[in-house]
Amino acid sequence: MLKLEDIWMQVESENGENREILRGINLEFNTGKLYGITGPNGGGKTSLAKVIMGIYKHTKGRIFLNGEDISHLSITERAQRGIGYGFQQPPRFKGLTIGDMLAIAAPDADPKRRRLQLRAVGLCPEDYLDRDLGPGLSGGEMKRIEMAQLLLRDCKVSIFDEPEAGVDLWTIQKLIALIEGGYKHNPDKVAIIISHNENILPICDEIIVLEDGMVTDRGTANQVWHLIRDDIECKVRTRCQGDLEYEIDQY
Amino acid sequence: MKLTNIDMNMLQAVTDLKKVPDGAVNIRLNGEAVVRSSSPNIEIRSRTDGRPGFEVEVKAGTRGEKVHVPVLVTQDAYKEKVYNTFIINEDAEVEIIAGCGIHNSCGADSQHDGIHTIIVKENARMRYVEKHYGEGSGSGKRVLNPHTEVIMEKGASAEMEMVQIEGVDDTRRTTVAHVGEKANLKIIERLLTQGQQEAESDIEIVIAGQYGNAQILSRSVAQQKSQQVFRAALIGKTACTGHVECDSIIMGQARIQSIPQLDAEDAEAVLTHEAAIGKIAGEQLIKLMSMGLTEQEAIDLIIEGFLR
Ligand SMILES: Nc1ncnc2c1ncn2[C@@H]1O[C@H](COP(=O)(O)OP(=O)(O)OP(=O)(O)O)[C@@H](O)[C@H]1O
Ligand SMILES: [Mg+2]
Repeated sequence: MLKLEDIWMQVESENGENREILRGINLEFNTGKLYGITGPNGGGKTSLAKVIMGIYKHTKGRIFLNGEDISHLSITERAQRGIGYGFQQPPRFKGLTIGDMLAIAAPDADPKRRRLQLRAVGLCPEDYLDRDLGPGLSGGEMKRIEMAQLLLRDCKVSIFDEPEAGVDLWTIQKLIALIEGGYKHNPDKVAIIISHNENILPICDEIIVLEDGMVTDRGTANQVWHLIRDDIECKVRTRCQGDLEYEIDQY
Repeated sequence: MKLTNIDMNMLQAVTDLKKVPDGAVNIRLNGEAVVRSSSPNIEIRSRTDGRPGFEVEVKAGTRGEKVHVPVLVTQDAYKEKVYNTFIINEDAEVEIIAGCGIHNSCGADSQHDGIHTIIVKENARMRYVEKHYGEGSGSGKRVLNPHTEVIMEKGASAEMEMVQIEGVDDTRRTTVAHVGEKANLKIIERLLTQGQQEAESDIEIVIAGQYGNAQILSRSVAQQKSQQVFRAALIGKTACTGHVECDSIIMGQARIQSIPQLDAEDAEAVLTHEAAIGKIAGEQLIKLMSMGLTEQEAIDLIIEGFLR
């Protein structure tokens, strides 16, 4: 369904130099499966999602959706072809309500379906539909609305970027059920879940570990879980220790 | 007198009405009151000073009534200055739907200057909605210069929503208000300017009575080469509260000046302001585009929501 072929992406850092964020990613995502992407902060997960959505331009490589090279398509065109991305940090809008956003997500959907979707992520439609998608909502509420939109859009490829962030445990369980119910073994769809969560990753058929812009591991939850744990913990430890030693050296 | 299609379209644009409403109503068309009717509690009458315009008086204790007083200018190159007075008596509760639509399709300017005096008496409550709209293909400008004076007596409360939807080429808007003891005034302004349009709004509220409260909330969008100047002044003479909020989206080669002013003449006056001017956030556009909208659709939607 979705194929990434040798994807490279760079950004210009403050000092004017180019920094490689993604370095030669080769991945294939097939329908009926749930994919997890994990790895340390700054590893390139969100950047990869944004490259797939067309928000970031990759500098090298090609992206295929059902055999079509979509590398040069705009965000809008990719969305219209069935790619969806639930933002890690969804933006807020002054003047657009939650109901408006759900209507944009699924303009032809029965209003009842929108209400049900909102209810499914644990938000009561009576209280939320007319509320502004502005500063008055909590971070967890914003995330749940973002999930509701993405689920409602019913995309061929849905990318969830840390759906668990800021969301309470009870809602995480609901989200897991929704994602599993909607995508697992679904012959027409692919779901990619970027996550650090120990409840979410195990539902994935395959987990991809992204580190320093490269795929460093992949496999089932059982296969990669200890790797992720050990690896990340080990890195954090050495990095912090390095910092500590550096600090001591300074004084 | 029958209203033409153009008249009805404009009536709908400024008041959302599809037909002439029941109850108290005054429709002024090209300088003439083509529809005027009072209701048992709301009287609309000619002015005693002989000036063009009317007086509306709402009986004390009136509950939940509306009065519609739209102005339509459809004759090309028509200019007028009109005086309207509203007296909302003690303890009444009323909604006033005003608004002005100008249709001008010739090379000379059309202009409506509305001079309003609004007196909200003790414990009365008023909601006032005024929409301004212009249309027509002529190169002549559509000009609207409203001047509004509001007096809020003890315990009165009012919400005034003043909206300029589109098509008004030139507007100078002045609003002055006097807020009495425990009275509460909220002014909401929504403004959209496009092309070479110019808009200036000047609001000054004097909070003179103890525990009075005033708010000015302005949202505006300036597109293309349009220009806006917004001045909002709160003067706190005693123990009172007041807040000014101006939020603008700027696009193209537009220019916006936002000048909030606070003047506290008493140590117990608590006055605050917030002002922000910026372009549409890139994140918002990207979010909407990632849901399948084109960039232009996303921009239109953000602006529509912002000015709602
Ligand atoms: N627009 C940008 N400009 C500059 N640097 C960026 C930009 N976007 C991402 N980066 C950098 O790219 C690297 C990868 O960021 P990315 O957001 O993809 O990481 P991530 O794996 O999603 O991390 P997290 O787990 O914290 O969400 C980081 O070092 C980040 O600072
Ligand atoms: Mg991320």
